[in-house]
Formats: sequence, structure tokens, C-alpha cells
Amino acid sequence: MNRLISLISGIIFGIGLVISQMINPEKVLGFLDLFGNWDPSLAFVMIGALIISSPMFHIIKKREKPVLANEFNYSNNKNINKQLIYGSVLFGAGWGLAGLCPGPAISSLALLNIYSILFVVSMFVGFYLVKLLNLNSIR
Amino acid sequence: MNIVNFTPYSALTGGIIIGFAVAIFFYFNGRLVGISGIASNALTEERNRLDNILFLIGLIIGPIIYTLFKQEQISISISNSYLLLMFAGLLVGIGTRISGGCTSGHGISGIGRFSVRSIVATITFMIVGIITVYLKNNL
Repeated sequence: MNRLISLISGIIFGIGLVISQMINPEKVLGFLDLFGNWDPSLAFVMIGALIISSPMFHIIKKREKPVLANEFNYSNNKNINKQLIYGSVLFGAGWGLAGLCPGPAISSLALLNIYSILFVVSMFVGFYLVKLLNLNSIR
Repeated sequence: MNIVNFTPYSALTGGIIIGFAVAIFFYFNGRLVGISGIASNALTEERNRLDNILFLIGLIIGPIIYTLFKQEQISISISNSYLLLMFAGLLVGIGTRISGGCTSGHGISGIGRFSVRSIVATITFMIVGIITVYLKNNL
């Protein structure tokens, strides 16, 4: 049953990316072009997501456990450390270069274009390198 | 700064749909959506692998379901070279794993539960993204 929820959550998320047009890198690059031709849409996507998810988190967290699992399972890491900053800098640079972040990049595989495929493959190579070289524990 | 291509209604609607996807995943499965985490764990971790893969499949079939119902094509435009896209993908893969999140993990799930760590990450990758786009357009 929780498998089905994973699939459904992914589908709903993917539909949200299409309707908000965040699947289109030009919309994302427009948001990041603050000093040129600015498109504020991405901020509205985040506001829309947060007005739903934020109160829901607070209500749901009061439950003893989730409906289909034995416990809530998320990181409570509060460390603001070098990894957080360095990683965010690298991510921000890649995001600004391509206009793609992981969600929209994976969703855009549906369009079967070579650009999305190249980006996603490289992104997975990046994930693997971090694991292989233990880059997230460097200090 | 000129404001262009702003689509507040579709952005807000899509955002709300994304917010529901995140809330459903948390309510039933007890997990927070962070797509870089889901994708990299699908690759490197045994735990929850099938759930993670199903979520990613959902992300890809979401847009397909949307086009079937709406009878309209999704068009996206990417104007980067192959090499630049691969470099950007690598940066996104490495960066999100070192910082522990992307636009969804830090930007929506993290900020949604008022995590200072996620707020710092989101501000950092947005500022770097904005600088990157500025440099790209002005050099």
C-alpha cells in the first residue's frame, strides 16, 4: 500500500510541476534573472506549496505515527555547517547554468528529449561520486 | 528589473498541487519529499529502494497523464550546449548531496517545518543561482 502512495505522490508532484510550468527551464531561469527580465512565478509555486504543506506537517506530526509506516522518518539535522553552504553553492551554480533542479529534470524525462536525459544522467553520476568519495563528510 | 512572463495563477495552482503531494507522502508514509534524496537513495541505498523508484516513476508519468487528459503538448526550451548541461547536472548532483537537499527538500519540506538549516540552504542556492544567471547574461 505504501508503494502505491509513493507512486501517487510522485504522479501528483509531477502534475504540479507541469501546471506550474516549473518543468520548463526557461521559467526557472526567468526567476533567477532578477536583474534582467524577472519572472516571479517560481516564488508563487513555493508559496502555493508551503501554504498547504506547512500547516499539514504541523497537524500530521501530532499523530503518533504515519498511516502506513511505524514511525515518521526524516532528518532532524540542525547543523548549519560548511557542507550545507558549499553544497548549496554548487547546486545553485548548476541550477543557474541549466535552469533544472532534480524534480523538474526527472519529470522532463517524460518528454524524451536528449537534454533532459544528459542532465539527469550527469546528476546521477554526481550522486554516485558523492557516495563513492564520501564527499559529504569532508570538513 | 522588468517583470515578464509572470504566470501567478498557474504557479500558485501548481504549487498547491505540489504541496498536497508532499503532505500525502508525509501523512501515509511518514517521509518528507526531497527529490535529490529520493533519487540518490534509489541509486545508492537498499532501504526504501522500491518506494523511491516508484516515486521517480510517478514524477515521469505525471506529465504523461496530464497531456493525455488535457490533450495538449508540454513544450520546454533548453538552449544550452550538451557539455554545459552535463557540467550543470554534475554540479546539481554533487551539490544537493553535500548540502542534503534541493528545491523540494530544503525549499519546500525544510522551510515548511521552519528548519533554519533549510532556510539558509535555500537562500544560498537562490543567491548563487541569481549570480550565475547574471554572469551568464552579462559576460
